[in-house]
Amino acid sequence: MSRRYDARTTIFSPEGRLYQVEYAMEAISHASTALGILAKDGLVIAAEKKVASKLLDETKGGEKIYIINDNMICGVAGITSDANILINYVQTAAQQYLYTYNEDMPCEQLVQRLCDLKQGYTQYGGLRPFGVSFIYGGWDEHYGFQLYHSDPSGNYSGWKATCIGANTASAQGILRQEYKEDGVTLQEAKNLAIKVLIEFATLELVNGKVVRRMFNQTEIETLLKENNLLTKTEEAK
Amino acid sequence: MDTLVGITGKDFVITAFDSKAVASITLMKTGEDKSRELNSHALMLFSGEPGDGVHFSEYIERNIKLYGIRHGIELSPKAVASFARRELADSLRSRKPYAVNLLIAGYDVKTDKPSLYWIDHLASSVDVPFAAHGYGGYYCLSVLDRYHRQDITEEEGIKLMQKCIQEIRSRMIMSMPDFIAKIVNKDGIRLVQL
Repeated sequence: MSRRYDARTTIFSPEGRLYQVEYAMEAISHASTALGILAKDGLVIAAEKKVASKLLDETKGGEKIYIINDNMICGVAGITSDANILINYVQTAAQQYLYTYNEDMPCEQLVQRLCDLKQGYTQYGGLRPFGVSFIYGGWDEHYGFQLYHSDPSGNYSGWKATCIGANTASAQGILRQEYKEDGVTLQEAKNLAIKVLIEFATLELVNGKVVRRMFNQTEIETLLKENNLLTKTEEAK
Repeated sequence: MDTLVGITGKDFVITAFDSKAVASITLMKTGEDKSRELNSHALMLFSGEPGDGVHFSEYIERNIKLYGIRHGIELSPKAVASFARRELADSLRSRKPYAVNLLIAGYDVKTDKPSLYWIDHLASSVDVPFAAHGYGGYYCLSVLDRYHRQDITEEEGIKLMQKCIQEIRSRMIMSMPDFIAKIVNKDGIRLVQL
């Protein structure tokens, strides 16, 4: 029965569902994991680094964490090529805002802009939706540090700690268990994130200025060492 | 010729404009409001081509208000001034540019700082402690140079503004009977009697 309503993205099934959008979300639940944790004095976004092959040259930086504005970073789960298009779009939007108002774009507005674009592909025919979920972390003078999540349908929501991609359920469980009711510090958030994932970026305020930090391989290893999480074989290297 | 004056103080900005509506050499009326409230904490004063001033300032006002309604947050005075400058700069490069000079007085509730932006019809924008547009500026800028301090209170600000207007009235060949003054501070925008 559902077959008849699969082919087009924009047609409701008799049960009131949009199958293509649901399939896009399904695609994300197989992608490698990305997570975000909001702390009192900053936030961390981390992503899983999957080693596809020994021969893959890893000197190039990460592929799952991007800078979208001076005050914002984001983690990606889903189809990387789709993500590139969206990242490019939202980076441009942020710069256009800066051009008009001479101020950084507030976080929620950036998220909303991207979600408006994503939503369009669930309504206008002929194209498939973007198969990407994002975790955004940012700071603005209106609401301080903020963490958002958005999915292919164009819905977005704010979080204290959340996770996208494969194993979401178990990762969410760990986050729920370890996240303290009255918030965590950035260091605690980093320690919590490193238990799960390997690609890394943080965002914090230093002397009133937003500081973004993308961690390189050696910094990540130091962090791993601090948490005694390095396996024997990795230490031997 | 219209005169606009603005003075920043410790925690406020006081602005004043002459309220004459003039056509050629004829005074049409007094009591003309040459200012628009862009949002709760930003005030725009305009002078120049009469129709252009009203049209441009209301266009900016409505866009700034729309931003507030759409996003549930207000633009800071700095963002307001940048937006107005950009619109003026774009218009300058069109077939029929707006011929307006602006003062934007604002109070940033996030940083608790007053600010005053001087913008001319060529879309130069400067953040200044005090400013004036029009012939009145020739007389009151020297007064402000002598008496202005960054930490003046509202009462001192009103006195200083009165001093400026006194100088304009005593030196300028045109009669300058009616000035309207407005203050922007943390509580918003209000009219003051000079």
